Amino acid sequence: MRRITIWLLSTVTALVLLFSYRTSTMGVGGGTSAVAVDRGGTTPGSGDTPTGTGPGSGVPGGDTGEGANTGQGGNTGDSASTGDSGGGSYDGSVAQTRWGPVQVRITVAGGRITDVTALQVPDGNFRDQQINDYAVPILRQAALTAQSARIDTVSGATVTSDGYRESLQAAIDAAHLR
Amino acid sequence: MSTPTGRTVELDRRAWVVQVMGLPVSVHLRGPDVHDDAVAARVERFFTWLRAADATFSTYRPESEIGRLAGREPDPATASPLVREVAELCELARTRTGGRFDARRLPLPTGGAGYDPSGLVKGWAVQRAAGWLADLAGHDLCLNAGGDVVLHAGADRPAWRVGIEDPDRPGHLLDVLDRRDGAVATSGTARRGAHIVDPRTGRPATALRSVTVVGPDLLWADVYATAAMTRDADDALTWLTGLADHEALLVTADGRIRATGHWPGTRPGSPPAR
Repeated sequence: MRRITIWLLSTVTALVLLFSYRTSTMGVGGGTSAVAVDRGGTTPGSGDTPTGTGPGSGVPGGDTGEGANTGQGGNTGDSASTGDSGGGSYDGSVAQTRWGPVQVRITVAGGRITDVTALQVPDGNFRDQQINDYAVPILRQAALTAQSARIDTVSGATVTSDGYRESLQAAIDAAHLR
Repeated sequence: MSTPTGRTVELDRRAWVVQVMGLPVSVHLRGPDVHDDAVAARVERFFTWLRAADATFSTYRPESEIGRLAGREPDPATASPLVREVAELCELARTRTGGRFDARRLPLPTGGAGYDPSGLVKGWAVQRAAGWLADLAGHDLCLNAGGDVVLHAGADRPAWRVGIEDPDRPGHLLDVLDRRDGAVATSGTARRGAHIVDPRTGRPATALRSVTVVGPDLLWADVYATAAMTRDADDALTWLTGLADHEALLVTADGRIRATGHWPGTRPGSPPAR
């Protein structure tokens, strides 16, 4: 469970960073710094308790509506959560984006992520508000999609260098750069 | 990874990402030595090979061997061995696709139409060099070149999970495949518009939004996916079904998702209408 949560937090942090750099010319280097800041402030087991499903009890189907579960999707999470608590909420570290600090909370139940909420977002002016409206749903959906399917890679129409920064593949890559 | 006794085995995993041939190319390795210098050197050799292939074949580089030809076909008598190899493969691809892949009559970056093997070179170069990474004893490979994937995993280790991207909703998935070996290639209009041209008519292909082909190697999976894009849905499914060792998933222009009969994902096969 801890391993998977840290991976998730680094993924979400990477997404924050990728998003924060999406209008710059910076390449995938952003992912490297994501790894460096992914460990702060985890609070395993705080508050939220898992709802019913314990480790190994399978997949709460359809939580993201992606239709991407194969029915075997629980195996990685099951082994990852062996001998650990079944869920809880985990706060990511604060990522400094170009618009201000962003911090997310991940809720995990039964070995899988069930929610991503923003604890801290910049909201200084109208432009920030627009960014938040756009950024937070993207972060949430991207994290849920990646985790619900637990994919290792993405096949899709040819990704250009520009499109890469905002792609799911970039988030997966960033989580494994060392 | 879960063993029969329920114990968890941690597999180290490491990624490298390099922009080469105009694409983001990522290499993921899983195994005990991914942080060793020798492994990193092998990955570097892989990227060096891709850069060399680009320097030879890029139509965007006037000084490359293909660039110097400026749209003319290479002459087997004077071409370098690698260019000759690719030219022969392009000819084989033209035959196997009934002329729907044809390197001889493509729009060139400099204008006009002429010889451009780029549609085959990426898959060829990546597949050829992937062997050096797949050969790493005790290690698994998951390679992604701009959305086309090459995989290898030991029989005793978990399969790689490949998400197939929804062409209408980037970041969302149509399906997920568990694969230990082979390749997954997707051609489509999602990221670069209708850029796939039917070489027989010179017109852009519009009947399909995307075609994903699963097969033993990337060169042919990629060629078949691109060639299928120039057909309509029924015709594409019939043709793809007839290819031994390949399966396909496609999205039509009106958003329908269809697959060949033995498509290995969660989408049930939907054979061509009669």
